[in-house]
Amino acid sequence: MSKAIVLYLHVHQPYRVRHYTIFDSGQKHDYFNADLEKSENNQQILQKVAQKSYIPANQRLLKMLQQYPQFKLSLSITGTVIEQLEQWAPEALKSFQDLTATGRVEIVAETYHHSLAFFYSRREFEMQVKMHRQKIEALFGQTPRVFRNTELAYNNDLAYWADKAGYKGVLAEGWDSILGWRSPNYVYRPQYTEDIALLLKNYKLSDDIAFRFGDREWSEWPLTAEKFVNWLKADQKATNFNLFMDYETFGEHQWGESGIFEFLEHLPKYWLKDQAQIFATVSEAIDQFQPVGDIDVPNTVTWADTERDLSAWLGNSMQQEAIKALYGLQDQIIASKDLSLIEDWRCLQTSDHFYYMCTKWFNDGDIHAYFSPYETPYEAFTNFMNVYHDLKYRLAKHQEKV
Amino acid sequence: MLGWELPPNNSGGLGVACYSLCQALSRSQVDIEFIVPYLGHHSADFMTVTASQPAGVKVFREGGSAYDSYKYVFSDGRQQSFGIFEQQKIFEESIASTTEGKAFDIVHAHDWLTFRAALRLKEERGCPIVLHVHSIESDRAGGKPGNPLVHEIEATSLNLADKVVAVSQFTKDSIIRDYNIPPDKIEVVHNKINLNQIEPLDSENAYHYLSAMRAQGYRIIVNIGRLTIQKGLNNLLQAFKDVVAYEPKTLLLIVGAGELHYELLEMSADLGISRNVIFTGFLRGKAWRDAYAIGDLFVLPSVSEPFGLTPLEAIGYQTPVLVSRQSGVSEVLKHCLKVDFWDTKEMTNKIVSVVRSDALRQNLQANAVQEVSSQSWDQAADKLLAVYRRALNAGVAV
Repeated sequence: MSKAIVLYLHVHQPYRVRHYTIFDSGQKHDYFNADLEKSENNQQILQKVAQKSYIPANQRLLKMLQQYPQFKLSLSITGTVIEQLEQWAPEALKSFQDLTATGRVEIVAETYHHSLAFFYSRREFEMQVKMHRQKIEALFGQTPRVFRNTELAYNNDLAYWADKAGYKGVLAEGWDSILGWRSPNYVYRPQYTEDIALLLKNYKLSDDIAFRFGDREWSEWPLTAEKFVNWLKADQKATNFNLFMDYETFGEHQWGESGIFEFLEHLPKYWLKDQAQIFATVSEAIDQFQPVGDIDVPNTVTWADTERDLSAWLGNSMQQEAIKALYGLQDQIIASKDLSLIEDWRCLQTSDHFYYMCTKWFNDGDIHAYFSPYETPYEAFTNFMNVYHDLKYRLAKHQEKV
Repeated sequence: MLGWELPPNNSGGLGVACYSLCQALSRSQVDIEFIVPYLGHHSADFMTVTASQPAGVKVFREGGSAYDSYKYVFSDGRQQSFGIFEQQKIFEESIASTTEGKAFDIVHAHDWLTFRAALRLKEERGCPIVLHVHSIESDRAGGKPGNPLVHEIEATSLNLADKVVAVSQFTKDSIIRDYNIPPDKIEVVHNKINLNQIEPLDSENAYHYLSAMRAQGYRIIVNIGRLTIQKGLNNLLQAFKDVVAYEPKTLLLIVGAGELHYELLEMSADLGISRNVIFTGFLRGKAWRDAYAIGDLFVLPSVSEPFGLTPLEAIGYQTPVLVSRQSGVSEVLKHCLKVDFWDTKEMTNKIVSVVRSDALRQNLQANAVQEVSSQSWDQAADKLLAVYRRALNAGVAV
């Protein structure tokens, strides 16, 4: 019986809102165009990440695909990052296309705008999933068959929806509360579904790479590919090790100096030494391994924070007020048929905007602060709400014309 | 310890800071005699408070505000009024006799008014002196050089001090900039607030009118402080004009007295916002506490604020705050809004966002209360004890 590493990397960048004041509302509609020297300038960030992560990591991945015919991986790439790559780093986009051209890189379905629309508007959610599919088909020539929701936000409803929509699998966090005593290293079946599989992230092994790899205080530092492969071998009955993480782990969250690229390159060398050990894309893992049990997830589970719920995005009243205000505009926005207005509204649905408003651990200056371009969650909220007022202004102008 | 004021005879934050600091130090077994230049009615049981009585003076300042001119009655019946600078000199001259026969290890003096007295003691007793800077002359002058005589006192004494304590990094930087004091001689000890010790509110707010307006959907912006150039209220009024344009149901409550009172009054009329701006004059007690409590947002727009205790007090009364970045308090608060004092556009932007959003206000408020609750004067006292030890050890080495 063979066993597989299922490596899945998530590529995403939002359109960050610039410092947008009450004086801009009703005057300027360039929400996402921060000045070049500002920390929230999208072009600067995108080009930095492309240089530090996308381009060097894709070079390595391509080399590995050429060197090891058995090496495979899966990617998800949001519409908002694709647009930015097209505009500011076409060579990085090309390097992703080079990967998929090998036929051994599978792209996973999701919402175009990396939104939480599933929880607010099913109609909007389905539209964004469709937009994403069309973009992926046009750029990469493949139709995604496995679905991941934004932030791996998952519950029974999502599995039910994905089953009806014809996907063969869904990705989710292998969190203890849904697995209980069971291991994430198998394929499961979501409760109440007919024909869909569930792949659960092995968060311990994934986070060893994504979070702990460069941490010199960590007892396992330095982590080598050989050591890591030995850990996998220790679980003799497992069928699939689901290593899910942000793509930016390679070169951005873990800097090149940490040796993360070398780790990646050495992984197939040690893993493929044993013929029973393979790499599989998400679809292949689902085809190859039978589900070993049902998983029931009535409450939403995500891949963030120790709570693994939606509280990083929707935990405080600012976040709730902002997202409710935004989705409250849906009918008017869609009815306006104003494409630039609709597109701006969709870009504001990106979950990152709400993440920046999180106050949970703002005191400790931890990971939330690292990922936010704003000085405080309150600035993020103020900018966002001023933009919201401008959307309303534009809607009112529109209705005057009609 | 030498100081110019203690509650209830204080005009501002200096007295409160001295009082709370001594209270915390006394918990660490520091024996304090606090010498002030006036006869007061203090209720501090954790230290001795002594009035420094000039020779030949029968009656001198009794309480009141610490910065006015005062009439001294001499034993020969002569009467004379003295301004602040003369009072400072009298304090210096009287300090030797006030401390005669008393033993102490260290002299800790608060602000320029007591610095020459501290120098005098160092000269006579050879004990180390710690000069605690709550504000320097360029702060009080709103960024201008200020009074050259005061400047000279600060320059001389800070140079001769064994250790200098600054109430913020902002103040430390100003001391280095204005007086060229070596950075390693200056220790930053931020002021604190003990939220469990603030005077509680009673059930009814004194501002009936404002409460009624709030019930009608008005939002109230509050500032409490002296009406001086340092406090930057002209910028707040400028910003508030635009706030009212966006959100007409907004009122600004300005509590305090000072030389700019009439100027600010006139300015709000010129800006056409008199209907929305309320000046109360100087307040104490319930009316003062209730002003914090009635606010939806407290604004500290200072041009140059060495520390700024009022935002912490506002948080103590459950009111969120917007503070100038040119303030010491902005160094110790994360859960607040911050703005450069000159950036009136951004001030408007932030005030409007708070006026418009209950959620923003609630998050700022709840998180700030939590943040400030974890602070106490004991942390400041611990830092000061370390400063004392270093000053004493350095003295031994010489």
